[in-house]
Amino acid sequence: MRAEAPAATRRQIMVVAAARQIRDTEIVFVGMRLPLLGFAVAKATHAPRAVGLFENGVIRDTPPAGALITMGDPPNIAGAVMCTTLLDVMSHLERGRVDVGFLGGAQVDRFGNLNTTWVEEGGRRVRLPGSGGAADIAALSRRTVVIMRHELRRFPERVGYLTSPGYGSGGAWRREAGLPRGGPARVITSLAVMGFDPASGEMVLESVHPGVTIGEVRAHTGWDLRAAARPDTTAVPTAEELAVLRRFDPDGAWTG
Amino acid sequence: MGHPAAAPPFQAGFLIGADLVSKVMPLRDAVSQYARDGAVIAMGTGLESCIPFAAGHEIIRQRRRDLTLVGPISDILFDQLIGAGCVARVIAAWVGNVGAGIAYNFRRAVEEQIPRPLAMEDHSNLTVALALEAAARGVPFLPSRTVLGSEILRGHERLREMTCPFTGERLLGVGALELDLAILHVPRCDRGGNAHLWGNLGVTLEAARAARHVVLTCEELVDETVIRSDPNRTLIPGFLVGAVSVVPYGSHPSPTQGYVNRDDRFYDEYHAETKTREGFLGWLDRMVAGTPDHAAYVARLGASRVESLRPRTARLAAPVDYGL
Repeated sequence: MRAEAPAATRRQIMVVAAARQIRDTEIVFVGMRLPLLGFAVAKATHAPRAVGLFENGVIRDTPPAGALITMGDPPNIAGAVMCTTLLDVMSHLERGRVDVGFLGGAQVDRFGNLNTTWVEEGGRRVRLPGSGGAADIAALSRRTVVIMRHELRRFPERVGYLTSPGYGSGGAWRREAGLPRGGPARVITSLAVMGFDPASGEMVLESVHPGVTIGEVRAHTGWDLRAAARPDTTAVPTAEELAVLRRFDPDGAWTG
Repeated sequence: MGHPAAAPPFQAGFLIGADLVSKVMPLRDAVSQYARDGAVIAMGTGLESCIPFAAGHEIIRQRRRDLTLVGPISDILFDQLIGAGCVARVIAAWVGNVGAGIAYNFRRAVEEQIPRPLAMEDHSNLTVALALEAAARGVPFLPSRTVLGSEILRGHERLREMTCPFTGERLLGVGALELDLAILHVPRCDRGGNAHLWGNLGVTLEAARAARHVVLTCEELVDETVIRSDPNRTLIPGFLVGAVSVVPYGSHPSPTQGYVNRDDRFYDEYHAETKTREGFLGWLDRMVAGTPDHAAYVARLGASRVESLRPRTARLAAPVDYGL
């Protein structure tokens, strides 16, 4: 039963929609910040047999023992299957064993390239924290899911700095760059769900969240965003999903 | 605090004269001896946990200059050292505040050269790990498939595209990164520096082996028989280690599993307070320059705050049997 929960905020819809991209039994490489929450929701609902790999060296096959701000928080260590090194967990990524890499980002462009290094704001260059493990996860996962707030400044046509590769300039760019596989499958935002055209690598609008129009999505996107013939409405979170979300984000740090 | 070191009984009877030379010294002396001006120093090798904040603060107190800091991510420790003017260069994948986002001293240094210019060598987490592992093995580089197509590679002195001599494929060559010093915060070790680690390891083992010198800060100094009761948990052998300093809460505000939880609020407060240079200098005066050592820093935090960070529920591992 999918009991509708009218109280869901757009950020809650975003996290739950992203969590649903994780399929049961998949090997998931979980990035920092919002993906931690998305993975916890997936594990506690529809993907109980998914396995999470974290770049700090943690492998978990159960939801964390409590709310997390970082992947190194004690509730992510207690009850883990394995605690090892970054090189050890990333060997699975490089070897091609990771089904889906789950990432946040500061900027994403038309071809799914991510920028977390340098942005321009008001004619001024602003230094962001950098790649962390995102460039590794984007380069080496079998597919990538990106979760971020939908704002015009976060959706330029081309990123000013390509930190983590999506489809580059499209077409065969990834192969020509030497990347063995992968690329973004979905971008989940506070307004919509986007996929990618398999031939060109271009982002395509697939569904809008309830109450959001295609025009609103385009107004917050820095290029003429292509849309599927009939974009769907994103399924709202179930009461169970919302309850789980609140369990792992009790203070609304991520979705409040 | 934490658990008694030897909760499950262990047999020490077969230990014959390890005769360890004690490397235990006050943190002030360890930093003075090993963290020299201009040194290449790895810290924060566990990523978000076991960050050696106490050692970083002592580096600030001793006014070290022209350091190169190395780490995958450092949370806010690198930001503090940068703001204090200790750092000429950072080699890292990510410099920020994991809970709150931006690290303002890092931004001020890169964008405005405040308090001094900062050179940045950008990496991904995997390339930091491989650069350290190459140094640890004494080879000039290690190959990988990561980061190809990223602008991180543009003009990079340590990351180069290469052709595989076996298959002809395009690969990334990651050049070795040798360290003068790795400073590691560990749960427990003996006086010889043999250290038990548990929880996520990050690049800690690579950094320990890539460094000319290793300084450990530990939550708990234990007898060598405790270490030898569980050799699989000994992940840093003492022969790598130059100094051991006993510094309870030495990772604060980052967690050390089983000893201290993460002080989430501290990161948010730091974020708000350090948005301006003046705000940071006030923070620095109060928490670091104005505290003579880590015990004084912990006292400044206040007893109730420190108490609230102690683990509330023990989760002991099942003992293993190394019987003969």
